[in-house]
Amino acid sequence: MARNITYREAINEALAQEMERDETVIVMGEDNAGGAGAPGEDDAWGGVLGVTKGLYHKFPGRVLDTPISESAFIGAAVGAATAGLRPVAELMFVDFMGVCFDQIYNQAAKFRYMFGGKAVTPVVIRTMYGAGLRAAAQHSQCLYPLFTHIPGLKVVLPATPYDAKGLLTQAIRDNDPVIFFEHKALYDLSGPVPEESYALPFGEANVVRDGEDVTIVTLGRMVHTSLLAAAELAVDGLECEVIDLRTTSPLDEDTVLESVEATGRLVVVDEAHPRCSIATDISALVAQKAFGALQAPIEMVTAPHTPVPFSTALEDIFIPDAQRIANAVKTVTGWTR
Amino acid sequence: MTDERIVAVTMPKWGLSMRLGKITGWVVAEGDEVNVGDDLADIETDKITGTLEAADAGTVRRIVARVGEDVPVSGTIALIAPAGVSDADLDAAALEARAVIDAGVPEEAGGPVVQAVDVRGRRVSFAGAGADGDVVLLIHGFGGDRNSWLFLQEPLAARHRVYALDLPGHGTSGKNLETGSGSGAGDAAGAGDPAGLLADAVVGVLDAIPASRAHLVGHSMGGAVALAVAARDPRRIASLTLIAPSGFGRQINAGYLRGFAGAQTRRELKPLVGQLFSDDKLVTRQVVDDLLAYKRLDGVEAALHALLATLVGGDEQRGDSAALLAAIGDATPVTVVWGRQDQIIPAEQAQAVAGAVRYVIEGAGHMPHMERPVEVQTAIEDTIARAG
Repeated sequence: MARNITYREAINEALAQEMERDETVIVMGEDNAGGAGAPGEDDAWGGVLGVTKGLYHKFPGRVLDTPISESAFIGAAVGAATAGLRPVAELMFVDFMGVCFDQIYNQAAKFRYMFGGKAVTPVVIRTMYGAGLRAAAQHSQCLYPLFTHIPGLKVVLPATPYDAKGLLTQAIRDNDPVIFFEHKALYDLSGPVPEESYALPFGEANVVRDGEDVTIVTLGRMVHTSLLAAAELAVDGLECEVIDLRTTSPLDEDTVLESVEATGRLVVVDEAHPRCSIATDISALVAQKAFGALQAPIEMVTAPHTPVPFSTALEDIFIPDAQRIANAVKTVTGWTR
Repeated sequence: MTDERIVAVTMPKWGLSMRLGKITGWVVAEGDEVNVGDDLADIETDKITGTLEAADAGTVRRIVARVGEDVPVSGTIALIAPAGVSDADLDAAALEARAVIDAGVPEEAGGPVVQAVDVRGRRVSFAGAGADGDVVLLIHGFGGDRNSWLFLQEPLAARHRVYALDLPGHGTSGKNLETGSGSGAGDAAGAGDPAGLLADAVVGVLDAIPASRAHLVGHSMGGAVALAVAARDPRRIASLTLIAPSGFGRQINAGYLRGFAGAQTRRELKPLVGQLFSDDKLVTRQVVDDLLAYKRLDGVEAALHALLATLVGGDEQRGDSAALLAAIGDATPVTVVWGRQDQIIPAEQAQAVAGAVRYVIEGAGHMPHMERPVEVQTAIEDTIARAG
């Protein structure tokens, strides 16, 4: 039975059900229980925003608090994955990924390829991303384009509780390293989620709204902002098809191309910076493979090419909003040669 | 209504969760003559798009609901009346109906209750509607669930107590069909008999209602399940309405069944689901997404493949529904309903249902209860009436 639970609860449920199903699944990270030693044994934290809370007592010995050393515990998770476990490591904020990049892009991403398929690395790295929590330049970045760039990694960005549970289940069962991006501003979002386990395949975009006039391709938190814009535009008679990519690697090119072939107009909405991003990637894809269908230049709605500001007024302007998306839609529909 | 000759055409309730419907197009215009079963309007809900058929004959005198607006369930969307009714009376009735639409969704009292019963270690869920009358139990087909009766359950509930279940392996019921081990441990007698488990589930629901006697309506594989239940205890079953039942001939679209069981993506599934209907525009994105969400639940793929093996061998049907029918005897009224454009099991197999009253419906494929619900409802009501 589906019932409404939050994005945070959906992730916790996927972890619990996979740990129940497969004893090789372990959870590790900073404060996943609440500080190694004394208070940690009381499951005080469950990770910095409480996502893993409750697992520590349910699965004795399989929820590991780690030192504040990303390079050490991400390396340990990657090694454990090659040795037969299925670790789910929580790397608090994606902004901290820099200190353990070699373990990720030179080791985890390369093992299957360099060992001729004889090694698999079924590790999941869960991490938080995105602006909006007044957490400044080092705790608010999107950074998923960096990981999408690297062959050998799978990159997943659920937008809803339903997708969060199904995609995390797939991530844990997948034999390749998966970087699983959780937007901090989505944790309290509630939605229908089946109680039973289910896996959503990677590389299948979700058409979250049907429309004939403009294609909006987006992902993560921006799916909701785009839907808001689409609802407002519908009042004026403009019907947007909104596509949630769900995974950027692998990428569902067909759903994007088929939609643009039908609408002839594309707006890409991405919370990341505008250079070398998913916005530019999708724009290039469509310009190359659906050029003949385009009836207007592609519009990109992104954050600017600056660090995320700490000033609340500036941060609010930094994050794409529904008004900017609506303006971009009107630009592509109003465009004349 | 000021004049009793004015008949209100109302927003139907398609499914237990439907509260609003949107008219996407009127098939008729003011002044048109309509007969029972004629298409009136295309209606969209958050789950499905369907066509509303006329339940009464007459002249469409007023169209109340506009294309594109949300109308609460049971709100009046048009008025049918003979020529003798005055324009003033119609305008007054239309004004009244307009006010209901503008007021939005009324608060409903006491919706249907979803229940569950344990059958051999599995959860079997079912939902009922209707307060009085005989018990009618609706049994869906392969890969379906109780929501496939969304156009019929509420209309039938006006005169009967109507239940629809999710068979094991389907909907919100337990997905494990292994009868020799696992959660169903201790029932080795049924090992390797998933079809027997489905019949057990139906009996379990009848016991839970509780119903000492019931009318069964079964679609496709659900038709064979209904026959199996009736054959076990013919006196418990008051009548049988079989909609495109399986097992009455060898021919079947085995490619559809195997494709449905194996489809992993929206792209694979959508064209297959289209084969179920005579008009494949009924297959909205929401229909396909809901089916995919079901298929992706752990255990569903195994369940579908286990059932598939009982339904087909090679490219032919395996079941022998005619033998089950013979075992039930002549005392039970039997009706068979088939869509003329059925692309899954050919409608000619209706001839093999011995002693049955036959309805072959034009403009319907394998899902006449979704495409032509008014005609199917008539067939079911007539069958129940024959049981006396």
